[in-house]
Amino acid sequence: MKTTVFSAKKIVTMNPQKPEASHVAIREGRILAVGSLEEIATWGDYELDERFADKVLFPGLVEGHAHTMEGTLWRYVYCGYFDRMDPNGKTWKGNKSIEDVLASLSAAEALLEDPDAPLTGWQLDPIYLDNKPITRAQLDSVSATRPIGVMNASGHILYVNTKALELAGLMKSGVNHPGISLGNDGMPMGELKGPDAMTPVGEHVGLNRSMTDSDERGLRDFARLCVRTGVTTVTDLAARLEPDGVETMLRVTGEPNFPACVVPLRFFLGLPPKELIPEVARLKKLTTDRLSLGRIKVVADGSIQGFSARMRWPGYHNSAPNGLWYISPEQMQEIYELALAEGIQVHTHTNGDQATQLAIEKLELALKKVPSNDHRFVLQHCQLADRAQFKKMAALKMSVNLFANHHFYWGDEHYRLTVGPDRALRMNATRTALDCGVPMTIHSDAPVTPLGPLFTAWCAVNRLTASGRTQGEHEKITVDEALWAVTMGAAHTLHMDGLIGSIEVGKRADFAVLESDPREAEPEKLKDVEVWGTIQGGRVFAAADA
Amino acid sequence: MPETLPVTIIGGYLGAGKTTLVNHLLRTANGRKLAVLVNEFGALPIDEDLIEAQGDDLISIAGGCICCSFGSDLSAALMNLAELKVRPDQVVIECSGVAIPSAIAASVSLLDGFVPDGTVVMVDAETIQEAAVDEYIGDTITRQLADADLTLINKADLVSAAHVTQLETWLRTLAPSARSLVAEHGKAPLDMVLGLGANPRESQQMGHADGLFESIALPCPNSLNGEILARKLTSDTIHIARAKGFFVDELGALKALHIVGRRFDITVAPENAPLGIVCIGLKGQFDGDLIRKTASEAL
Repeated sequence: MKTTVFSAKKIVTMNPQKPEASHVAIREGRILAVGSLEEIATWGDYELDERFADKVLFPGLVEGHAHTMEGTLWRYVYCGYFDRMDPNGKTWKGNKSIEDVLASLSAAEALLEDPDAPLTGWQLDPIYLDNKPITRAQLDSVSATRPIGVMNASGHILYVNTKALELAGLMKSGVNHPGISLGNDGMPMGELKGPDAMTPVGEHVGLNRSMTDSDERGLRDFARLCVRTGVTTVTDLAARLEPDGVETMLRVTGEPNFPACVVPLRFFLGLPPKELIPEVARLKKLTTDRLSLGRIKVVADGSIQGFSARMRWPGYHNSAPNGLWYISPEQMQEIYELALAEGIQVHTHTNGDQATQLAIEKLELALKKVPSNDHRFVLQHCQLADRAQFKKMAALKMSVNLFANHHFYWGDEHYRLTVGPDRALRMNATRTALDCGVPMTIHSDAPVTPLGPLFTAWCAVNRLTASGRTQGEHEKITVDEALWAVTMGAAHTLHMDGLIGSIEVGKRADFAVLESDPREAEPEKLKDVEVWGTIQGGRVFAAADA
Repeated sequence: MPETLPVTIIGGYLGAGKTTLVNHLLRTANGRKLAVLVNEFGALPIDEDLIEAQGDDLISIAGGCICCSFGSDLSAALMNLAELKVRPDQVVIECSGVAIPSAIAASVSLLDGFVPDGTVVMVDAETIQEAAVDEYIGDTITRQLADADLTLINKADLVSAAHVTQLETWLRTLAPSARSLVAEHGKAPLDMVLGLGANPRESQQMGHADGLFESIALPCPNSLNGEILARKLTSDTIHIARAKGFFVDELGALKALHIVGRRFDITVAPENAPLGIVCIGLKGQFDGDLIRKTASEAL
């Protein structure tokens, strides 16, 4: 059996027994030993690999809430406000004005040979562009003859040009839909809110109906982004996991050079609970080293900035009516009970604090019927939870994945518009979660915000908003706590903490290869720690070659 | 045949009896080809004896009806339906227990080839009033009721007659645009739930085998102010669940009048549509003489 020993400037283990080491031995893709060369040599012959002599080996980073569709989106025109790195490592400049957005679209349009081919953009966020939606007239200036569609950063709004509306039969007066705003001429302005308004036009602008499913190339591209950001295990948090999709994921992740372990969660819709749980139990058995199956994602409510999250009193700051349920309380409890009985883990999306409260109460009831000592049910986002809710979550042994990145990108908006100052300060309350003893991780929700756990850690440590304000000083966590959250914390929420999350004998040989030790970074520079690449299952992946 | 497919939306909270109603409609379709879209976690809760064949996405049902489920994207499901070889006569959408019917209706109205044709909200006579003040789902339920054209009080056999009367009064406040109908075991007349079809007179003449409702046909003289008539027929004391028919307006144009609950709509009629307006309502509530008298004031 071949043993490879990597030496490094420093190995940071996240294992309190031996926080730092100089060497790590790998056999069969797993960690055989960590320590000094002398200690490791007790295992017998080895091959010493010194290429990381000036690097820091860190536990492979774990992203507990992302969507592989980001890999697919990079085939469209990037229209976001912030600079963002694509799977090739190219950083696209942020679009700082509507003119920039139109220029980006025009540049891509000029490269299209087929005059009828649609032009598709993504990640537009009008909040940063004077909060005005882009209109069809503006998009017509890019092209009046080919259909154009640009997706909002939330993924829940689509902006289209006149040609696209014509193709969908919506370029007419008398359209009466809350998701479609009309101009003074009575015609749609080009902004389409919500899936039911987007779908009729989507297929004409290059967005197919099953966009959330990443295709083969998208999956490979997403994995390249993982290498560039030090991620070795990544979730795909709402996968449909139909037979074709599962087959594709098994095949692509099984390719010899696929550089990450993907953890897709089965979206709860599509099957009644009594069929859903056995189906997920069946999927669980298909798990491989690089595709971990057997978890369920439930969505309880909508989003805060979309005013569709379910809020407790006093509701939305701008007096918008309460949001929407995407599951009834009875069905939530039914899924919980059946899943507990089968030992299937459930992750529940709750954005508003009322949705969080419902999930807590329903799990408490379910646990009375089906006791479980280690269910690891997770609340995802859980952005508005208060201390009482975190205490209750701790009592029920729930875990949480807070949306630290959201605080940076939309914190100003929450302060000003959606929930007001009091609740904006406590959003994504990482400090409170840890103080209450709730196992916690933090996430990007890529593609909603960019993949990059070190950036996510930076967000939780500094709690800065995009305008540069510190929002919620008391909810800051330390650099060490944030780094724990994106390694062991995330591993815990996936119930994979025995397998990944630290550099420790027996675990998978998953490392982030860094240029410096992030624990020593100034808190405000944590996001700038450079990533050389990763080692996943003992295989080396350089970002430069990804 | 009309170019657009009428779409009836059946809403109401979990357990109100939506699925029972859908099965009843399929049983009594009587030659109408229904396409039923179900959004309840993808379950296709169609009674087994109705099922002729079951594919991956679609169930074929006796009498040329079909049923399929949709996930989070209703528009996609309707667009798939439009691509089917055999064209249904009517679409029925069974909402999820937490769906807001007006949002579904708005989405339907966006799609070429479909037109919303009434929202029926099922009410569980035993539990609705408690559920309507529930901390979590109370506002969802009151929003559903506010969207109703017809409320169907189900499980009326499980409560007293006095309770039903009290419930009807309560519904007049929460569902001000709706007429309420009382049903047991989801057995509501097809024509009342789904409308009178493309040819109301013919539907009426086919008779009402289940004996649950009554109807009359109002003759229409030339030169009728349809709006005045519609307002009379949707007033508080007139228990018309649905009405549909054709008349010639004061400018000599052939128009269609369409009433569901207390909402009405006047549109251009298809050429050569037969004059006359058919009104239907639930036996016991429906008073043909009163309707004729009220209508005559507008005729």
